[in-house]
Amino acid sequence: MSTNNLDQLYRSVIMDHYKKPRNKGSLDENSVTIDMNNPTCGDRIHLTLKLNDGIVEDAKFDGEGCSISMSSASMMTEVIKGRKLEEALELADIFSKMMLGEEYTDKYDLGDVEALQGVSKFPARIKCATLAWKAMEKGVQNESK
Amino acid sequence: MNEIRKQFPILDQEVNGHPLVYLDSAATSQKPKQVLDVIRKYYDLDNSNVHRGVHTLGNRATDSYEGAREKIRKFINATSTEEIIYTRGTTTSINTVASGYGRQNVQEGDEIVISYMEHHSNLIPWQQLAKEKGAVLKYFDLEEDGTITLDTVRATITDKTKIVAITMTSNVLGTINPIKEIAQIAHEHGAIIVVDAAQAAPHMRIDVQDLDVDFLGFSGHKMCGPTGIGVLYGKKAHLLNMEPIEFGGEMIDFVDLYDSTWKELPWKFEGGTPNIAGAIGLGAAVDYLTEIGLDKIAEHEHQLVEYAMNEMEKIEGLTIYGPRDPMKRCGLVTFNLDDVHPHDLATVLDMNGIAIRAGHHCAQPLMKWLKVSATARASFYMYNSKEDIDALVKGLRQAKEYFNDVY
Repeated sequence: MSTNNLDQLYRSVIMDHYKKPRNKGSLDENSVTIDMNNPTCGDRIHLTLKLNDGIVEDAKFDGEGCSISMSSASMMTEVIKGRKLEEALELADIFSKMMLGEEYTDKYDLGDVEALQGVSKFPARIKCATLAWKAMEKGVQNESK
Repeated sequence: MNEIRKQFPILDQEVNGHPLVYLDSAATSQKPKQVLDVIRKYYDLDNSNVHRGVHTLGNRATDSYEGAREKIRKFINATSTEEIIYTRGTTTSINTVASGYGRQNVQEGDEIVISYMEHHSNLIPWQQLAKEKGAVLKYFDLEEDGTITLDTVRATITDKTKIVAITMTSNVLGTINPIKEIAQIAHEHGAIIVVDAAQAAPHMRIDVQDLDVDFLGFSGHKMCGPTGIGVLYGKKAHLLNMEPIEFGGEMIDFVDLYDSTWKELPWKFEGGTPNIAGAIGLGAAVDYLTEIGLDKIAEHEHQLVEYAMNEMEKIEGLTIYGPRDPMKRCGLVTFNLDDVHPHDLATVLDMNGIAIRAGHHCAQPLMKWLKVSATARASFYMYNSKEDIDALVKGLRQAKEYFNDVY
């Protein structure tokens, strides 16, 4: 089997986030709640964000989906925590560029998120990876208005 | 069936460095050369609009277009071509019944009965109709193996039931439903039966008179024909009483400033320039299927399903959904493997050139009933072989190994 290609997609750090998701769960009712699904495949995310003074103080997610969608959600919550709202939005934009295989700024340390770069070579799976980021973008944008 | 495979040019290619193994025919079938040639020939030699040209090309196009309708009539044994309406596909066929028949005949408090195994195309139109009319939408309960018993059918249909809408074969469970018996029970209560035959028409013989169904829809692209063309069969008595759904060219008789009259059946339901090449291509697909023989196709698929179920069950941690008896199902196997998500499974198989479907298969209520968020599905057609299933099983074993390693 062409495991070399597969290893580009299923990097060990991705499988680690899938098996041991960070920030899994739900924040209390004072948080911003976003439910989103991917109607073509059934992936589902329930994201809660604690936004205070223009900062993402905390983020938790719940849901069901494939390894790519769930690990991406886990990584996303890690990278946006403590960020300013506009930084979180910029990160969502960077992630979307990464998925499209476009150039993006290196001003942020993306940490584990870098491991998702390989997804851009699997067009059918890009929507899995972007679900959590779209949910976060929606939640933060509503708050910034 | 080796000769048959060669008639499908698309199957002769490598995908990701492996010979293509196409196991997604329930989503859409591949097209044989015979069908592709007919479509090509139509555009090369006969392309013209139908039902209006006095010229020779117009006559040829009309003859082929209407000739295909006669082939389809014969294919499902309808009494007349007046009962064969061209549509875009099963979705449009069912929507036409829901809007054209349903709006005229369903009142507040009436019941519409469907099942948990419906594809969204035979679910949402009825949901919408029920909401609009204040009607009650009811579901046939499923047995544990994903079948519907006649006891359930008798207990669910009442004298308030106006429409029973059900799939002939499930696109997820593979279940073949007892349409003839359900039709009889529906009729005893004064209800009509609408049948989604999208997954059945490609794979088994259908006789609308013997089944005694009121409406039946299917899609060309799942039965070796092109996309964008399908059929609505309806009993003439119903069609005569129904108003057209779309208004405009092609479907009119006399047009006055403030009023118009409609063409005869079936054309009053075919507004606008139709999908002429699609209809002719579907006619060629019907010829193709008829020549091989629907019974032979069904037998081949039963053998494949039996073989696939036996081989797949040997893989530890693999769950197959739907009836256990291969004779009670159409040519597909829906499954999950351990806790590997179906998308991850499909990607690994794709890297091996194997195309399967992963997701909710446009049947979200059924996924809820199965208590899963998604499943994987391998579906077969006359061009598939035991070797294809061997490749699938090998791929599944490798996927299992791969994910065990990376987990």
